[in-house]
Order: sequence, then C-alpha cells, then structure tokens
Amino acid sequence: MENGDSKVRIGFYVCHCGTNIAHTVDVASVAKYAAGLPGVVVARDYKYMCSDPGQDLIGEDIREHGLNRIVVAACSPCLHEATFRTATARAGLNPFFCHLVNIREHASWVHTDRAAATEKVQDLVRAACGRVRHHKALERKRVTVRPEVLIVGGGIAGIQAALTIAESGKKVYLVEREPTIGGHMAMFDKTFPTLDCAACILTPKMSQVKAHPNITLWTYSEVMGVEGFVGNFKVKVRRKPRYVNEEVCVGCMECIEACMYKQPKFDDEFNQRLGKRKPVYIPFPQATPKVVLIDPETCLHFKTGKCKQPCIASCSRNAFDFNAEEKIEDVEVGAIIVATGFKPFDPARSPKYGYGHFPNVYTSLEVERLVNASGPTGGEIVMRDGRKPKSVGIVHCVGSRNLQTNRWCSKVCCMYSLKLAHLIKEHAGAEVYNFYIDMRTPGKGYEEFYNQLLEEGVHFVRGKVAEVTDWAMTPEEEGKLVMRVEDTLAGFVRRIPVDMVVLSVGLEPREDSQEVRRMFNISCSSEGFFLERHPKLAPVDTATDGVYLAGACQGPKDIPDSVAQAGAAAAQAMALIDKGYIEMEPNTAFIEEKECSGCKSCIPLCPYTAISFNEATVKAVINEALCKGCGTCVAACPSGSIKQNLFEDVEIFSEIEEVLANA
Amino acid sequence: MPEKPKIAFYWCASCGGCEESVVDLAEDILMVVENVDIVFWPVAMDFKKKDVEAMPDGSITACFLNGAIRTEEQEEMAHMLRRKAKILIAYGACAHLGGIPALANQFSKEHVMEWAYDKCPTVTNPSRTRPQTSYKDNGRTATLPAFRNVVRALDQVVDVDYYIPGCAPTPALLKGAVVALLSGKLPPKGTTLAPDIALCDECPRKASKPTDVGYPEFKRPHLARIDPNLCMLAQGFVCMGPATRGGCGALCINGNMPCTGCFGPTSRVRDQGAKILSSICSSVAPKDEAGIDAVLEGIPDPVGTFYRYGLAHCLLRRKVSLNDSAEVAAK
Repeated sequence: MENGDSKVRIGFYVCHCGTNIAHTVDVASVAKYAAGLPGVVVARDYKYMCSDPGQDLIGEDIREHGLNRIVVAACSPCLHEATFRTATARAGLNPFFCHLVNIREHASWVHTDRAAATEKVQDLVRAACGRVRHHKALERKRVTVRPEVLIVGGGIAGIQAALTIAESGKKVYLVEREPTIGGHMAMFDKTFPTLDCAACILTPKMSQVKAHPNITLWTYSEVMGVEGFVGNFKVKVRRKPRYVNEEVCVGCMECIEACMYKQPKFDDEFNQRLGKRKPVYIPFPQATPKVVLIDPETCLHFKTGKCKQPCIASCSRNAFDFNAEEKIEDVEVGAIIVATGFKPFDPARSPKYGYGHFPNVYTSLEVERLVNASGPTGGEIVMRDGRKPKSVGIVHCVGSRNLQTNRWCSKVCCMYSLKLAHLIKEHAGAEVYNFYIDMRTPGKGYEEFYNQLLEEGVHFVRGKVAEVTDWAMTPEEEGKLVMRVEDTLAGFVRRIPVDMVVLSVGLEPREDSQEVRRMFNISCSSEGFFLERHPKLAPVDTATDGVYLAGACQGPKDIPDSVAQAGAAAAQAMALIDKGYIEMEPNTAFIEEKECSGCKSCIPLCPYTAISFNEATVKAVINEALCKGCGTCVAACPSGSIKQNLFEDVEIFSEIEEVLANA
Repeated sequence: MPEKPKIAFYWCASCGGCEESVVDLAEDILMVVENVDIVFWPVAMDFKKKDVEAMPDGSITACFLNGAIRTEEQEEMAHMLRRKAKILIAYGACAHLGGIPALANQFSKEHVMEWAYDKCPTVTNPSRTRPQTSYKDNGRTATLPAFRNVVRALDQVVDVDYYIPGCAPTPALLKGAVVALLSGKLPPKGTTLAPDIALCDECPRKASKPTDVGYPEFKRPHLARIDPNLCMLAQGFVCMGPATRGGCGALCINGNMPCTGCFGPTSRVRDQGAKILSSICSSVAPKDEAGIDAVLEGIPDPVGTFYRYGLAHCLLRRKVSLNDSAEVAAK
C-alpha cells in the first residue's frame, strides 16, 4: 500500500477564498501555526486554492517534498472535497489521504472576532492534522449498471421520458396504473397559451410509446415493490386482469355494442363522472393501448354469474378471458424515473364554494371534459340541469394559497383559468368572470395570452370569492348562483349572479404519495411532493441514487415544464446507464466477520436496508453498494465490530483529542 | 533442577470473589502448585509486606492483582508489585475496569464518607467520627491509608501487562492464563485473555433474537418471569451480552439471568456503557419524546445498568473534581 510504511509528511494549505475567509481569519498566521504541527512539512496560504494554480500547488509539493498527507483548510467538503482529492490523485497520491477542513462555513462566515476565529481555525487544523495521519489508502469500487429504465406513471412526463430513453436505444418499462396512458393531459381540451388541441399533440406520442420496440408498456399495472440499489434495482409489477387479452384485442369495440347493457349505465371515470359507460369499455377513443377492459364491479357476469356474455360472441378474435388472473412481472432495471403525477384538489373541502351542493358548480377538470369534442356532451357546454350557461364565474386558487387547505401556489391554475374562460366564451358565448387573488402568468407567451383575454372582454375581478350562494337578494339573482366577493380594485363588496361556477382547483400530491415514497426510498417535502436532491442544481435527482423525478409528482407543473423535466430525468438516467458502471464512494461501513457476534443490533437501524443477516454464518453482512456511509450502524454496534472507512475510531478520537488539546 | 516460576496473588478494593475463583480451580490447583512457587498470597498464606519488599525487582514471574484502587495503601502495593513482577495481570472486573467499587465514582469522597459514617440508616455514630490518616493515643500513633478521591482500575495506576476479565473470572480463564504463562506462549502485551467477540456469539439463545427488535418497554429481572429459552433483549430485559466480551460460557444466561457485562467490552470498544446505550436506545420502539421517556423508565438506574463494571474507564468525566489529587492525573 502506497506510503503505508513511510513517515507521515503532511502538506497544509489554507485558502483565502478571496476575502471570504481571509477577512475574518488571519490565514498567514494559520499557515505559520500549521507549519509547527507534528508531521507538517509544507504549510502555505493561497488566495484561491480551488483555482488551477492553487490545485497545482498541491501536486508540485507532493512531488517535490514527498508529501503523503494533504490537509486543505477551505470551504465545505460538499463544494470542493472532490476538487482537492482529484488534485491529490493527479499527483499520484491516493485521494483519500487528502482531508478538507471547513473554515469558511464553520469559522469565517459565522464569526466576527478575528482573533477568536483564527484561534478556532488553528484548533480545527490541528484536529485535521491529527486525524489525517491515520488515513488509509482507499479504493472506489465499481458496480455495473443495468441498461434498462423503469418509468412509473404514463402521463406526459412519463411518456416524454420513455420516448427519449427508448430513442437512444435503451430498454424502457413504462408502468401505468390506469388502463390507458396519457394522464391528465389526455383529459384536457386545449393547452395554454397556444390553444393547440391537447389530444392532437399527445396522442401521436401515446401511439409512439405503444409501437416503440424498446418500450414495454404495462398499463392497468402497479409497482408493488422495489429492492436493490442504483444500477441494480429489482422491481415487482402487478398487472391487473382486464379479462381481455391485450395481445389479441384490436379495439374494434364490437363487444361494447354487444354488451347486455344496451345503454351506458355506469359513471365514466375518464369523463369525470359526467358521462356513462358500460361494464366493458375503453376509457376514450384514443386510449393506448387501444384495448377494451371489463370492470368486474359492474359486469353482470362477475356480479351474478348469469350473463349470456354476448361480448364473447361478438368478438371475432376470441380476446375475452373471464378467468384471467393478476400477473406479477419481475424486472431488473438500472434506473427508475418516478412520474406519478398529481391529484386535483377536492373542492368539497372548501364548502363555501358549494361544490357537490349546487349542481352547476364544476371543477376545472370537469369543464375540460365539457368543452372537449369527445367529452360527454360532444363539446357543448350543457350544465347538469340541461341548461346552457349565459354567465360563468371562474374562481381561481381553489385549495391553493390558503392556510386552511394548501399553502402553495399551484402554478398552472391562472393560465388554465384563462384558457377555460376563452373556451367557454367561444363555445357558449357566455359572460365570463374570473375571480383571482393575483394573476400569475410568467412563462413564454403567457402574459400575452392574458392580455388577449382582457381584450376579448372577459371580466376580471380581483378578490377572493367569499361564498357561492343561491340566496337571491334581488329579482335578477333569482335562480342564479351568486358570487359574493370583495372587489379589491373597486374597493367594495360585490354580488355577481352567474349560471355556472368553475372552480380552478389546485394540484396536490397523490393520496398514496407516502407509500410510493417509501417504496422508492425517496423523500417528500412538507407538502408531500417528492423531494429533489437539490432545488437548483439537482432538480430531477433524489436522495436515492438511480431514482429520478419527472413531472408534477415533484411539485405543480404545467405541460412544458413537465416535458422539460422529463427530458432532464431521462438524460440523468441515460448518463447513469450509458456509463455502464458507478463508482461507489469508499466511506462505507464494513463488518469484520470474525468479530461480529451476530447480535443483530445493527440490522433494523440501517436507513438504507443495507444490512442483512446471513443465517449460514450467523453474522450480519453489509451490502457496500447500498451503504451510504451514514455511520448509524457503526455507532450502534455494541461490540465495535462495524467500522467505517474514513471514520475509524482512531481517526475520530485523534481528531477529538487534538481539537480539545488546548481547551 | 531449574527454579519454578514465582507467582503472587494480591487483592485491593475487592469482595474476595476473585480469590475464591483461584480456589475454584479445584483439582487443577494441584497442577498450579506443582509447577509454580506461590511467593505472596495474603488471603491464603502467611506473608508480610516486608517479605515482598525484600525480593529483588522483577523476581516474581507473574502477579495476579484483583480489586480496584481506592486507598493510598492499595496504590503503594500496586506500585511495589509492579516493580517486583515481570508480568502484572489485572485479575477480575475491578482491577480490569474498576468494577462495582468504581460505581462510587458517581459521588464525591465527601459524599461517600458522609453516607458511610453518618447518613446511612444502619450507622450509629453520634460523635460523627470519621476515619483519620493518623491518630495519637497515649503517645502512640495509629495510621490508616488515605482515601483517594476516585476509584481507579489497575491500569490507571500502574502499567498492566494482561487482563483477565470477569466478576469473578472463570476458573477456565485462570487455568488458560497459567498454562500460557508456563508455556511462555503469551499474546502481545495489553491483551485481555478472553475471546474478542461479544457474548451473543456463544449465547444458547442467540437464534431466538429477532432481526427487528424494537423495545416497547424494559423489564427488570426481579419483577417479571423470564422465559428460559428466549433472548433476554427480545423479552425486554436489558442484557449487556451484545456489548460484552464472551468467554464465560454464557453463565448468567444459563442461570436464566441477563448478562450484566462483567467481562467488559471487546478490544475494539473504548466505552462499553456508551456502546450498549447507543445500541439499545436506537431501538426503542416509540418515536415521540413522551413514549421514549416511558420506555426508559424501565431502566431506573442507567449508570448501574450500563456501567456496572466500567465506570472507572468511562469516557465521560467523573462528577468529582480531579484537580485536588495529583496522583489521579498520573494516568
């Protein structure tokens, strides 16, 4: 082992960080102090250690002075540990002989007393020099990465990511819970601000997914469990039975015609329960895969066993299989993209808007279906009472920006409310009022769209709607829904009677986001949206290597943002699998087998489930590929049989002893 | 005929159990007596301190010293035996780790004296007489050794070559040590002459411990029935086994009592109590403060539970000040 038997020769470098450090810490005297510490051969201060000349200093000194340990007192290891380890390695020394002391975040930025800060830095430097002498040469291990990617969720984000990766030649498993891919976007009529038809731009992508040789599409399926680690995930997928052979059915829909139920009788989920479907159905004409399915909850055969099953007779391809059972598929993948989307806010939680109480109060998603040509009314805006509205009030921020419900801005509601205002005006010729708190239209072409709406004669009332009521105070209000609102621009309280109310509901995490989070071992922000590794610099990564995020499961997003993020997640996944291997940081824990008593104390404590019990040897075993080096097991091992590279007792105790030496 | 190796036994702050363990060698003691000369063993044979003083330095092959060091006299004897013996062995938990006597380190010297000679309900001492280091009566002076501020393990007073753990050590360990001495096949200096793996390794109940033991409560052995087949920790009894060196053959477990930790930590652990604390407390089932407190109420005496033998060597500072006793600072 390199330098294993030679004497310790430390090179010490203290960084000015411009004035970030030098302003508060007397770096020259720190260098002078370090020069007098045992083992220190060279001690220097330099303006920017992370610059090329700064890094070169380390290399030159290693060669010239035969240094075998490097201590750099600079910023946080999160920023530049890799930089200085790499500089050390370039000069032929094992990078783990280099140790960083954080004197910026831990000293100069948090202190004002220059003398005291300098003294503290000296203590920290002495501690680092004390520990670094015990460092060992460590190797990064390589783990191969499987080339397949799992994508969970077949909305626009999942579709975009799947196509991007599949086009690059990698294999993709796309798992969607619903019988069709398309997600929320498939329900929309038009998209803002360009008003192009959602189906026209989405369905070609859906067909591409179905047809792509590199994509295995499993709809009506759910991920049940994930094991393993970056590059080598083992995934179990449950495929629910459709009772129709997906490989055989071509979606001719003869069976739907033939069904014992002559009229559609059951609530159509895709149409937000505004229309009806039969027990054998297809969610919408462009559903992908274009395969019918049977809902066993409503099918006569499943309910009574007494159906003549004309559907079977009508099928020329013999696609029906009423004995079909759920199938479990096991796949191995190198990376996972979670694109599970969002849930619209349930406006019944804000009773003041009368949703569920007044039939003519709608959610925005319901109105998307009403204005859609393939929706339950063929694109005509007909209310639940059969009338066509002459006036419509659109309430922004329903469920959003509210301490009682959700604090966050759902980001897309202002824009889709504008879009719906335009569409309602266009389809029904109604007067449209938009009730908004603040109009938020940042985005390419968004503000322009807002201006267009202003010119179209849509009314805008700045104020939070206090209540939707049918209590008429004037003859004009009879039979209407009255919006009570303080118009904060006009400065008085208004009552605006309308025929129809549209609630622009916000975006929420899905109900099962906690289970999904646990399954993929990722975190949630306090709202319940999945948490990215870094809000700015790692927006699609998660805390778990190899698991990425795309779309609204990470936070409210419109279509362009979801697509962009899906592309980013696909790129991250491809960067991982294309390399073919990952290097594991060696600061992992390890068990000396002959020292382990098999007491199992460590096993339940590992947050990464990296420790298992080997029943044959009756000892605990750490999977180094899963270990993140958190040290929990090391601290908890009652017999001291788990050690951690870079954090062995001798290293930590030396550090403590030195830092306290002058105390 | 070559001279037989000379062996000494001595006791300091101890209960006498370690001496018993020598006698517990039973017929094997004949093997010992046959092969060695016992030159000093105050508990069993008539030797005086001056006899040892008269021996040349290094003339005793090995000295087995049990008990912790609390008094000036114990300190003096430890220093003298260190000089006279080639090999000094800390014998038993008190010499090894401080043992039960070191639990007194929770209290100041004054606190100890006050309790022992005044406050203790069984003490009758109306004049509140306290022991003095010297007392004159009729022109003659009687002396007592000074009582130090803290109890120390032997290696906190003198350099120690080997350790034999246990309260008391098992005869098998002693026999093993004597055989090693006689054969000259001794491990590196500083070794504890017992297996370097925790007790669970040899525990007959090892297989019955679940992998995910979360403690909903802790029970005390005298207050609950103990299942004779199930892991003590799985039953909620604090068992020091995972943090304690094996080698006793799981004696207490076989007697259906949890391990109390007398063999001390493995060579890899600096503080046995801290280790078992961090292990057990990490697995307390409730995650809220009130729930955790309720579980920990099942351990009313954490120091006596986790540091029953190891308080002298505990990483944490003692409650008593070290400043007024120069000799304490020596180690």
